[in-house]
Amino acid sequence: MSQTFRAPRGGRIDRDAKLRFTFDGRSYEGQAGDTLASALLANGVHLMGRSFKYHRPRGVLSSGSDEPNALVSIQRDAARFVPNLRATQVELYDGLVAQSQNRFPNLRLDLGAVNNLLAPFIPAGFYYKTFMWPRKAWDRLYEPLIRAAAGLGRAPTEPDPDTYLNQYAHCDVLVVGAGPAGLAAALAASQNGGRVMLVDEQSELGGSLLSSVSARIDGKTAPDWLAATLRTLAANPAVTLLPRATAFGYFAHNMIAITERLSDHLANPRPGAPRERLWQVRAKQVVIATGAIERPLVFPDNDRPGIMLADAARSYLNRYGVKPGKRVVIATGHDGAYRAALELAAAGVEIAAIADMRQAPTGPLVEAARAAGLTVRTGCAITGTHGSLRVTAARLSPLSSDGKLGAPRMVSCDAVLMSGGFTPSVHLFSQSRGKLKWDDQLDAYLPDLSAEQERSAGACRGRFGLTQALSDGYAAGASATGAEEQRHFDVEALEADPRGVVGAVPHDRGPGARAFVDWQNDVTTKDLKLALSEGFQSIEHIKRYTTTGMATDQGKTSNINALAVVADQSGRTIPQVGLTTFRMPYTPVTFGVLAGHARGDLFDPIRRTPIHDWAVAQGAVFEDVSLWKRARYFPQGAEDMDAAVARECVAVRNSCGVFDASTLGKIEVVGADAAEFMNRMYINAWTKLGVGRCRYGVLCREDGFVMDDGVVGRIADDRFHVTTTTGGAPRVLAMMEDYLQTEWPDLKVWLTSTTEQWAVIALQGPRARDILSGLVQGVDLSPEALPHMALAQGRICGVPTRLFRVSFSGELGFEINVPADHGRAVWEAIWAAGQPYGLTPYGTETMHVLRAEKGFIIVGQETDGTATPDDVGLGWAIGKAKPDFVGKRSLARPAMSDPNRKQLVGLYTADPHLVLEEGAQIVASAGQTPPMKLIGHVTSSYHSAVLGRSIALAMVQGGRARMGQTLYSPQAGGDISVTVTSPVFFDAEGTRVNV
Amino acid sequence: MLLITCPYCGPRPEIEFAYGGQAHIARPERPVELDAQDWAEFLYMRTNPKGVHAERWRHTHGCARFFNALRDTTTDQFIATYRTGAPRPDATETAR
Ligand SMILES: [Zn+2]
Repeated sequence: MSQTFRAPRGGRIDRDAKLRFTFDGRSYEGQAGDTLASALLANGVHLMGRSFKYHRPRGVLSSGSDEPNALVSIQRDAARFVPNLRATQVELYDGLVAQSQNRFPNLRLDLGAVNNLLAPFIPAGFYYKTFMWPRKAWDRLYEPLIRAAAGLGRAPTEPDPDTYLNQYAHCDVLVVGAGPAGLAAALAASQNGGRVMLVDEQSELGGSLLSSVSARIDGKTAPDWLAATLRTLAANPAVTLLPRATAFGYFAHNMIAITERLSDHLANPRPGAPRERLWQVRAKQVVIATGAIERPLVFPDNDRPGIMLADAARSYLNRYGVKPGKRVVIATGHDGAYRAALELAAAGVEIAAIADMRQAPTGPLVEAARAAGLTVRTGCAITGTHGSLRVTAARLSPLSSDGKLGAPRMVSCDAVLMSGGFTPSVHLFSQSRGKLKWDDQLDAYLPDLSAEQERSAGACRGRFGLTQALSDGYAAGASATGAEEQRHFDVEALEADPRGVVGAVPHDRGPGARAFVDWQNDVTTKDLKLALSEGFQSIEHIKRYTTTGMATDQGKTSNINALAVVADQSGRTIPQVGLTTFRMPYTPVTFGVLAGHARGDLFDPIRRTPIHDWAVAQGAVFEDVSLWKRARYFPQGAEDMDAAVARECVAVRNSCGVFDASTLGKIEVVGADAAEFMNRMYINAWTKLGVGRCRYGVLCREDGFVMDDGVVGRIADDRFHVTTTTGGAPRVLAMMEDYLQTEWPDLKVWLTSTTEQWAVIALQGPRARDILSGLVQGVDLSPEALPHMALAQGRICGVPTRLFRVSFSGELGFEINVPADHGRAVWEAIWAAGQPYGLTPYGTETMHVLRAEKGFIIVGQETDGTATPDDVGLGWAIGKAKPDFVGKRSLARPAMSDPNRKQLVGLYTADPHLVLEEGAQIVASAGQTPPMKLIGHVTSSYHSAVLGRSIALAMVQGGRARMGQTLYSPQAGGDISVTVTSPVFFDAEGTRVNV
Repeated sequence: MLLITCPYCGPRPEIEFAYGGQAHIARPERPVELDAQDWAEFLYMRTNPKGVHAERWRHTHGCARFFNALRDTTTDQFIATYRTGAPRPDATETAR
């Protein structure tokens, strides 16, 4: 028999559309419009999960996003496995496969439930106290065991195959929550033509109206009024309605993050269709209409399957046509449960008793229950339940006004519906940094002072009941558009007294009784009392010690009860106890929707040079340098990197190599004061640099440490072509702009990034001139006309060029700048012209070795933000006659010329084949044991094919005074002996560039 | 994400901007004439107020201009944004 708890009529489900699904491998039937929870309940299944710590069997508690117990995993295929979903929010589709969590081997028989028997020995703080030492046991024993025994669903193991969207939006009024208050707010806000967004986490807009069967608004039934209102809003082109959209984060300046679920509810999502969309909405005004969450009662054995919130039971009956049981006990401290009793009774559910803790409840709902002949016991507390996998009876005890309990009586039942009243959902308001204020009448924190342009409306600010919610929502929506408008809604409904009860229900049970406060994290009243007795006072400490409110539901159903228990036990009021922070996200958010398209190749922008595809075709191996893809080496045949680099290095030294230097940062510095500006920025002197000449420039920060370097060419009196390191271009330009705009706005200088405009081809080697000579027009390449560190402007292969004669290899070299669009063609022309000379393409690895052989530094490799120009052997570059430049004053500090500063030196290992580790430490004597006195470190280290041995650059204290000294690099295998030498290993006289 | 009003472009999202530290710290005209203490004051010492802070921003991914702002560090609300070189506005007069 299936769906035996399905009511014969009613609800918003489609009774003609049967859906099949499985739960823990067993097949069930539900209806279109069901959630997984409602469909399971229709089949009489309350047991939906095991608790986190004690593995206690748990049933569904609520009908919405506040659900702490019924967490399930949904599997579509191997990669699409989503854990920790609330069954109350999982929309049923045909073929849905759901699994319960935190049980082994199955939900009904869970071996982990031994924790439940051990519960007296697992109090709050158990893990902190027990698994303290030995330290090593944590990694090998305790943590793996604890993680295996506790925890929620398992993570999927395959990469997420789904796509996710990201959308920015603006609106005049964003309304969060589409219950009566939110709908009324949207109606009011949209009447002035403003752009309105109405978002709600549920599959249908309507909030509490979706579960309302008896109320009438403006002469219509609640469902009819809802349908008409949604039609009105949908017809307005300025209104955006978003169901399945959770506003999970309230960020500064009214930026609201919303995740919209697009396809999880579909049986067969279109292949490739996005799964979720992240909305980032900047709203002029926000109306928070997030309603309220029903409070459970905290009584012994309150966690058995079959015990649920009274209003959730109403929702299951009225919205899904599902009865929670056949014979139910209603335990309450609030009028709302009477509404559940009346509606369930009308649907044929037997109401065994209404047990009301209050002595003399009155009001229309209480009177209606009495008039309907329901058994109402006032001054009656629930003090326990029976049953194992399902509640079988409730223990009801008379409760006098002075708190005394009378003789209990067992009442058999298959469900207990409870209500302590409603707690306003102030999560978003609190996230917005608004200040909350405790309301003694309502026993609730309510929004007080706003920090953002927002207002709360309806139950989330304590305006309970349909009449108040509608009018409060309307006024909020109007005021969000600047209007002071009221509207009267004609409501026929039995309204509940807003007041309820908080904290623990008194009981006369023994010390073994457990009354759960936080279902999801298994926190009981005893745990809270223990924390207090052990000296914890601050609610923030108690929260962390007991973990109350720290589960994935963030204590939606438990926080106020926990505060009340702590307040009661410590003789304080709730506002004295305080309140823990409401953190985003409101409900868990997938990593996928946060990542959006920023994964794989789209994680970061990829920059490719105009010559990139040529290098790919040549089989280059690439490396990432900042965002650039750079060819690292060009292996031939079966060459590994070392072999390829050795061959490339020898080719450059013996004949010629060609290198793609397009990634160099380039900044055009132009204007009447360009030379003055360069004088102030760089350490070098620029005034006397002639047009057509280049100079190696060094840029320091104001603290005197090297920040960047690069060749600077003077194109004209008022124009410099500045190059920077590949990764440094943006920060150099930003620094230049900073000084220009904020310190020297009087200078007539304009800065333009030209990195992407020029392709740069470095031709290096003794045959470079021979290769180039046939390709240039209007450029005299002779050493007399174009000596080392000169530049010429002319044409190459018919396109304009800025041709620099510079060398980062120590060989005769040219860097040919051409407009990027022509880069590939010019490269290929050079490549063709170089064939007779054995022209060899080389990558960054060879470039590094060649420059290290010459002792040329790389900023960021030899320097680390604490090296002065002199430290790295560039003191000669400083324009000492200049009155000022960035960093000059700092360089004059005595410490900056301390002879014992770390200085750039070369190192030769005693074993010429041994290549030191970059980053290896240097010590002065052999055989030291930790802690050693470290005097330096290796910054660059390679095998040099040309020299036939290894070379290394290092920063060593007082290094330049240590030439010839033997130092040591301590390694696991023993000290490596090294000799200090000049950092220039090859062609120390520099004759090779001057040919 | 903050909404920052560039004095040149109007309100734009924070991702278009780069933070530039405390405002109204002029680089000395002749740094070489400063003693070590004064130079250290200029180079390193910054305030870290709880409340209204005058700070620099740059509309890096927009007009690329630097400007100054008064922001309340306790609420993240901007009291004013103004052009580089303009005097610091009176926070009480401009407060919303
Ligand atoms: Zn701007």
